[in-house]
Amino acid sequence: MYTRKLGRHVVLTIVLGTSAAFAQAPNLGKPLNPAEIAEWDINVLPDGTGLPPGSGNSADGARIYAAKCAMCHGESGKGGVNARLVGGDPIKDMESEKTIANFWPFATTLFDYIRRAMPWRQPRSLNNNEVYALTAYILSLNKIIGENDTMNAQTLPKVRMPNRDGFIIRFPDRL
Amino acid sequence: MTIPKKQLEQDWTNLETVAGNGLLHRRAFLRGGAALAGAVTGYTLVPSAAAQQLTDDPWSLGPGATVPDYGTRSRFEKDVVRTLSNPKAEPRTQHARTPHHLLNGTFTPNGLHFVISHAGDPDIDPEKHRLVIHGLVKQPLAFTLAALARYPMVSCMTFLECGGNSAPLFSKEPIQASVQALHGLVSCAEWTGVRLSTLLEETGIDPKAKWLIAEGADAPHLSRSVPVTKAFDDAIIALYQNGERLMPGNGYPMRLLLPGWEGNMNIKWLRRIQLTEVPAMTFYEARTYAPILPGGKAYQFYFIQEVKSFITHPSPGLAMKGPGFYEISGVAYSGNGRITKVMVSADTGKTWAQAALQEPVQSKAFTRFRVPWRWDGGPAVLQSRAWDEAGYAQPTRAELVAVRGETTRTPPVTGFPSQHYNAITSWSVERSGEVKHVYA
Repeated sequence: MYTRKLGRHVVLTIVLGTSAAFAQAPNLGKPLNPAEIAEWDINVLPDGTGLPPGSGNSADGARIYAAKCAMCHGESGKGGVNARLVGGDPIKDMESEKTIANFWPFATTLFDYIRRAMPWRQPRSLNNNEVYALTAYILSLNKIIGENDTMNAQTLPKVRMPNRDGFIIRFPDRL
Repeated sequence: MTIPKKQLEQDWTNLETVAGNGLLHRRAFLRGGAALAGAVTGYTLVPSAAAQQLTDDPWSLGPGATVPDYGTRSRFEKDVVRTLSNPKAEPRTQHARTPHHLLNGTFTPNGLHFVISHAGDPDIDPEKHRLVIHGLVKQPLAFTLAALARYPMVSCMTFLECGGNSAPLFSKEPIQASVQALHGLVSCAEWTGVRLSTLLEETGIDPKAKWLIAEGADAPHLSRSVPVTKAFDDAIIALYQNGERLMPGNGYPMRLLLPGWEGNMNIKWLRRIQLTEVPAMTFYEARTYAPILPGGKAYQFYFIQEVKSFITHPSPGLAMKGPGFYEISGVAYSGNGRITKVMVSADTGKTWAQAALQEPVQSKAFTRFRVPWRWDGGPAVLQSRAWDEAGYAQPTRAELVAVRGETTRTPPVTGFPSQHYNAITSWSVERSGEVKHVYA
């Protein structure tokens, strides 16, 4: 009963939005400033929000890739024990292989995912320049950017992925 | 009380059938009174031909084992386990599937709750773990587990289902496998924790915030974007699973719980929530959980685990032991609310009997359904179909495939040709008693 009453109270205060409610909240969170969050603040949005300073190009990316990525994703992104990163036939149906070139709608996802999750055994071990360089290398391998293009916070969000318009929002009323 | 065998058979064979191939009324037990109740469960009560002299067994003739400080099940139950897709933790995702055919009731024991880990389960020190809420908020805040444990809490029975559960049923040919292999990536537990809205009330949120990006403390720092409206609907930061702290594989010490929504979005090992105007288009939402439709377009932001049911008893691997009485039972659930009705057929969908629903029927939770069945020993095809309070009916497989497609080759049973399969499952009962997976 106790919990239930509190639960109803919380809902009520949200609806009314009264300032009096805040005084009754437990208020046990510790305030943070942006500098304290910086190390964890790694989300990158499709418009480029969250991309850090730094840059990289395909040539640098190729060297890092050979040392840290090829053992799983194969030479030149051709695939190995894990997914290939280059090529892919046009998407036709559920048996089509989803690749970066034929499926991913935003290039920013590549930077975000490499930075948070790769290499698989040592995530967060790459610096931002290395992540930009690997992003440039993979986009260049797929001929989505030129082999001399530099990727940084300004250029990466402008890269248009081939399958950008290949999606249907399932339940628009939920968004 | 003893009832002569002859009388037993007379009683249960006289029960009214309500649908083809021997389906009995769901309240057949209740209406018949005590004698009949004994009678309809009679196939286990029928005296064996040989006389049996009852004696005390060894465990009745002396003290038993020391009571342990944390209980475990009987050693005779050691085979009731999850199946593992990657038991040597090779560098890829691990799946552990729930053995629905060996369980009953509505909630899943913690050790048998399904788990998907994309890079193993992190070993998190709860003293050091933090939940940070920042972005489009008035005041970014960090919460310790000890702090969250002092907040007002709520409990909810909620199923969790991987968006890829039941994916083998996209196969062109029915794959012969157990209900665990086909539907084992869904489970149901009572989750207890703090409403996310309570914490957002303390940080305050900018009216521009339309999404939240939730992130885990696991190696892939797994992240998903969630409409902020879900936070003010029923999202909680779960600290307890079936009364005890979360299992490591289910997000210890805290996870995001979004009742009724795609499992992958219920971020485990939750450490950060950033409020934003737009979704992040993370790897898992932009690529993985975007099922491809015939023609090549793909669904984005599916979110809801739609109304579904499947029969767990009988099911492949649970052989029938001769004609007689059986209870058909299974689970039904919907991400859109409560289950309102489950119908069961034993004749390939020609006729249907309404199943009894185990009370209490809770929103976005497993509902156990049951129908008494008198199997005459002949071929039968068993199906269940569920309806939810939002008005949705579980589709037939033909209806689902017409929209979503199917494979042209038979994929491995552990594969994920697509996601969000919620159509009817069919089990064929053979004369031998064997139960097979069929499309019907």
